[in-house]
Amino acid sequence: MKYVDEFRNPELARALLAEIRQTVTRPWVLMEICGGHTHAIMKNGLDQLLPREIELVHGPGCPVCVTPVEAIDRAVAIASRPEVIFASFGDMLRVPGSGSDLFKARSAGADVRMVYSPLEALALARKHPDREVVFFGVGFETTAPGNALALLQARREGLANFSMLASHYLVAPAMRALLASPANRVQGYLAAGHVCTVMGWQEYVAIAGEFRVPIVATGFEVLDILSGILMVVRQLEAGRHAVENGYGRSVSQEGNREAQARLREAFVVADRTWRGIGVLPRSGLAIREELAAYDAEKKFAVSGLVAAESPLCESGSILQGLKKPNSCPAFGRECTPEHPLGATMVSGEGACAAYYRYQRGRNG
Amino acid sequence: MCLAIPGRVVEIFQENGLMMGLVDYSGTVSKVCLEYVPQITVGQYTVVHAGFALSILDEEEAAKSFAAWQELNQALAAQGVDLFGNPLKEGD
Ligand code: SF4
Repeated sequence: MKYVDEFRNPELARALLAEIRQTVTRPWVLMEICGGHTHAIMKNGLDQLLPREIELVHGPGCPVCVTPVEAIDRAVAIASRPEVIFASFGDMLRVPGSGSDLFKARSAGADVRMVYSPLEALALARKHPDREVVFFGVGFETTAPGNALALLQARREGLANFSMLASHYLVAPAMRALLASPANRVQGYLAAGHVCTVMGWQEYVAIAGEFRVPIVATGFEVLDILSGILMVVRQLEAGRHAVENGYGRSVSQEGNREAQARLREAFVVADRTWRGIGVLPRSGLAIREELAAYDAEKKFAVSGLVAAESPLCESGSILQGLKKPNSCPAFGRECTPEHPLGATMVSGEGACAAYYRYQRGRNG
Repeated sequence: MCLAIPGRVVEIFQENGLMMGLVDYSGTVSKVCLEYVPQITVGQYTVVHAGFALSILDEEEAAKSFAAWQELNQALAAQGVDLFGNPLKEGD
């Protein structure tokens, strides 16, 4: 397929690996922020092909993983109301809440539907005017523009039976918070190419300068990832810390201005709780007051939520790059994709799921 | 959920007042919202995420990346460096 297969060319991949080996002279710790990168790295065994000096740690860039337990519990409570059709992206269904998850709620009779786009949830609202359609709007800057447009479109059409349970996160504040932590080990970032596609890379310039950390916007095919790693390593070896664009075919400095405009129209920047990490200031998006009629959190009062994590789960440390999934005592024992204790074992972008699926067990 | 993938726009139309299109991912065709890439034309490639096209893929930039990688490949071959970055003269 165009723009996919040619970016997996094995000869060029080997050349990039050889160049990385020639460039590196001492140990460096790089973080790939995006869970999509984590999966591509594990799937293609890139972690095992890189020189020993380069350690990749896995970042919090998985919206399924950072959505707090409380949001899952609220989703389950709303989905269980008889008048509600609850629409969600598929990978949220198995994320464990305190006691239940959306999948179990569906088995217990809740009308939970899987959708691929928020516009499908709008279509449900048009089709079922007698029901309340609630869409679980989770995601980063990549998903938020679509969700923003769904909200604005609902208002334009006057779809009073549509609302959104919103839990949107921003990546740059998390990148900053990780670097500012005393426990930080990260010396260079592979930035999430699709987040940069929407937001551009201007907001990374201050972070790179302040923390003296190179940041490279990186695509998702094998050559993109290896090239991103090479760009970061070249900077580290030369003592530089700039923002570079390694994904020029999709990313521009200013990003997608239409998407940014709709984001501003529908949402405001707000403090957000990240599952396993805690509250990060100005790290997410909340639905604007003008759109309160479409805000499910306001429309459906849910009280008495007491969020409880599994005491065994160490996903907080994993999401901060402090630990690897295979060092969690529950990994592959109490916790598997069939019986996940934490969200990082559920999601298509979760680090624990990647280690399990591509067999990075205790013996590496 | 964040696994955006590239596909080729094969049709553009309006639906409920929104610019929509059909995007072909090597045989699988699905309906996608094009509101965020209003300049896109049939035949262009786009990155689609959760039902929304987020960018028009730039062929020139893609070609530039390839040219750089190919150059690297040739330079390494000319230096006599093997595929794992070891000089060939060391015998491994
Ligand atoms: S392996 Fe399971 S229990 Fe351990 S950190 Fe990952 S999700 Fe949590």
